[in-house]
Amino acid sequence: MNQQLVLRVIAKLLIPFILVFALYVQFHGDFGPGGGFQAGVTLAAAMIFYALIFGLATARRNVPDRLLEGMIAGGVLLYGGVGVAGMLLGGNFLDYFVLDADPVVGQHRGIFWVEAGVALTVSSVMLKLFYLFADRANHSGADVQNDLNRPEGGA
Amino acid sequence: MMVVTVVALARSRNLFAVVVLFGAYSFLMATVLVALDAVDVAMTEAAVGAGISTVLFLGALHLCRSEEAKPAHRPLIPLALASGVGALLVYGSLGLPAFSDPTAPIHTHVAPRYLNEGPKETGVPNVVTAVLASYRGYDTFGETTVVFTAGIGVIALLRRRNKNKAEQS
Repeated sequence: MNQQLVLRVIAKLLIPFILVFALYVQFHGDFGPGGGFQAGVTLAAAMIFYALIFGLATARRNVPDRLLEGMIAGGVLLYGGVGVAGMLLGGNFLDYFVLDADPVVGQHRGIFWVEAGVALTVSSVMLKLFYLFADRANHSGADVQNDLNRPEGGA
Repeated sequence: MMVVTVVALARSRNLFAVVVLFGAYSFLMATVLVALDAVDVAMTEAAVGAGISTVLFLGALHLCRSEEAKPAHRPLIPLALASGVGALLVYGSLGLPAFSDPTAPIHTHVAPRYLNEGPKETGVPNVVTAVLASYRGYDTFGETTVVFTAGIGVIALLRRRNKNKAEQS
């Protein structure tokens, strides 16, 4: 796969747009369709695409396993942390009205961080699953890219 | 078109074709959801169902044989059970209120409050996001925990195998 010029060029062109689209879905979720789940999956899809074209080792160098595992736990902790912050500020668990003097701003802030937590966990779990599957394939003595060279699945 | 895809899915023995058909089915489902004005769900379906799960299925397929094994016995009892449960569900759906009936319980309980007060209380124009992240925050927290737990479970399963293999060799 590393030698396929067309795929490499197209991937280099496409991946930034996929990443920007993921961020758009994440931060525009308040106004249009989208949110943490969709943005997380799109982010993971961009990274899987990258791993398919440029090889698992390259992707691993950019997004190492330790970072991913930290993100898996960090997303849930961030979500729970927003809830606990609401409790510390005098509200109920996951009560966003107390996060700011203005309840509407507080709601905005709460939803923003909660969605960020969802996106963190979802994207890292998806990418980690892909790494694990690809690892098993490599360990069984075959090259994962023989079977997984269909970029439309990742985009 | 969805019926054709499902019949092909059930008939095909080549698992690679099944995975690709499954992706196509997910995409058709996403278009149905768009037609029903559920854009958020359609987006999730297209991204998760047609995108990521297809890739993960292909990855899993690479680890096993790509032909489905012939069943050892006739599928008569499962077929009878499936059609029995299906008939029961169809019978149950006869008692549901008509599609988009404004007096249905689901439209008179909390939905009017979400729709009328949601934008004012949360300042978020997209009601789906407001309900998902704010009113139903506990549920979404649970969902995130489910994703987290599933991920940790898969990591635990696949990691140990790797270590065993390394110890054996």
